Amino acid sequence: MQNPRSGVPRRIFFAPQLNKCGNSLSSYIRYANSIYALPTFFNWIKRHPAIKLLFATGPSINTRLLVAIIASVALLITEHQSHRLDALRATLSVIVDPLKYLVDLPTVLIEQTADSVSSYSTLKKENTQLREEQFIDKTRLLKFDSLEKENIRLRALLENSFKLGEQLLIAELLSINTAPYENIVVVNKGTRFGVHPQQPVLDANGVVGQVFRALPFSSEIMLITDPNHAIPVQVNRNGLLTIAVGSGQLNRLNLPFLPNNADIRPGDLLITSGLGGTFPSGYPVAIVDDFTPITNKPFVNITATPKAMLDRNRELLIVWSDSSPVSLSSPPTSHEKTPETPPNDHSAESVLPHEAPKGKRARTARDNPSTESGLTREAPAKPQAGTGRDE
Amino acid sequence: MNSYFGFGRIILTIVMAMCLRIAPWPGFLAGINPDWVLLVLIYWTIAVPERIGIFHAWTVGLLTDVLTGRIFGQYALAYTLIIYFCLILHKRLRQFPLPQQGLFIFFCLLFSQMLLFWLKNIQHPAQMHTSFWLPVFTGTLCWPLIYTALRRVRLSHRSK
Repeated sequence: MQNPRSGVPRRIFFAPQLNKCGNSLSSYIRYANSIYALPTFFNWIKRHPAIKLLFATGPSINTRLLVAIIASVALLITEHQSHRLDALRATLSVIVDPLKYLVDLPTVLIEQTADSVSSYSTLKKENTQLREEQFIDKTRLLKFDSLEKENIRLRALLENSFKLGEQLLIAELLSINTAPYENIVVVNKGTRFGVHPQQPVLDANGVVGQVFRALPFSSEIMLITDPNHAIPVQVNRNGLLTIAVGSGQLNRLNLPFLPNNADIRPGDLLITSGLGGTFPSGYPVAIVDDFTPITNKPFVNITATPKAMLDRNRELLIVWSDSSPVSLSSPPTSHEKTPETPPNDHSAESVLPHEAPKGKRARTARDNPSTESGLTREAPAKPQAGTGRDE
Repeated sequence: MNSYFGFGRIILTIVMAMCLRIAPWPGFLAGINPDWVLLVLIYWTIAVPERIGIFHAWTVGLLTDVLTGRIFGQYALAYTLIIYFCLILHKRLRQFPLPQQGLFIFFCLLFSQMLLFWLKNIQHPAQMHTSFWLPVFTGTLCWPLIYTALRRVRLSHRSK
């Protein structure tokens, strides 16, 4: 540190001849004289920015610690018990989310470079393959509409309600890793596109998971393999209902609630049962693995492999499932009624992807109904109504 | 400390640490990814304690909570407590040789991880894999790296 007294005018107040006396006295006088330099020294100190902070007035460090601890604990308790802090999280995430995109940037760049340098023949081959796939899918869809109408009519005969209408939004995975011990992924679509918590998320092969937390520019998706996730499923072959619980490993689901004599075989397809209301019914979830029944235990330990490619796919589909039942007597007038909003998707009506900001790529299935998968039906009578359901 | 030490560098290094924290490390590296943000915060606390305070640590912790999608206040609490220890002990820590500092860092990281584990268990009882504790060890091993790199950042500023 620089000598504080350099450049400070010394004012010698005591008699100079006293300095010639004994050593201790002279040193005392020198010490006493330095007192007069102190105000100037403090002035110098106050002007110095780094030292100004050292002497900054304010609460002591212990007080600050106490305040910070109380604030943290208050936050912990509030967030644990309610959703009141979601707005605060959304605000702070606006500061932090650019980092997620920054970390994702190298992956995007590599992909784009790979795309731009891929050769003509590769593209040609891929194009042919996709064209064939589309052709097959279209042919499969031909009967879908008539089957659906027939289903509605039959259910009307049975006086049973039929749930309609799903809308899709393509979201891209951000290649970041927020928590290594949880199966949670982050995608690049958030509340600005109308995403809200508990929305089901699919890929081309099956159910991926559900939206766990929606932030303005990104949302966190809990995979079905997360240990804290359970999904109600049924066996496609015989309609046996059970629950598939995540195992923590990306390639395994547990079926812990099946009795030893349950009618389930290796290779059975598990589909969503629609119970619980979060996932729409009928989507493939997993395929039952090989298992050996243990005769002396009441429950058998069955595992299943998820159909969705949880560790490979970069593009996911976020689904707006519309759980208000279609009117049975006069289907064509159903869209004029005010729809009842299900309790868990309170925001779906107001923030459908149609109302996403202009210029953003909010690709819904509705935009291109013929080429998307079989989840959609024909174009609505009033697309601008944006209610997400058809007659 | 002859000249004013700007906040810019501190913020920049913390932002870089946050990027490293959420970077998609391949394979087993993801499981042992240390808490870079805490390490950087500890370095700056020991090096320039007059610039880093309790509330800075708390704010950084809060942002880390949002970044990693944890419950609010979890990292904020852990960082606050550890930075408090560092602020109290910074004079002694500066004199320590690197291995001894490493021991202190080890206990800091262990404390942080234990706090996170405890808070997680309060929310819902979870069984943790043993690899949950691995970032503590890798963080300790990374300390010399952080120390030399950030020391260079700090001294390059001073030499100007």
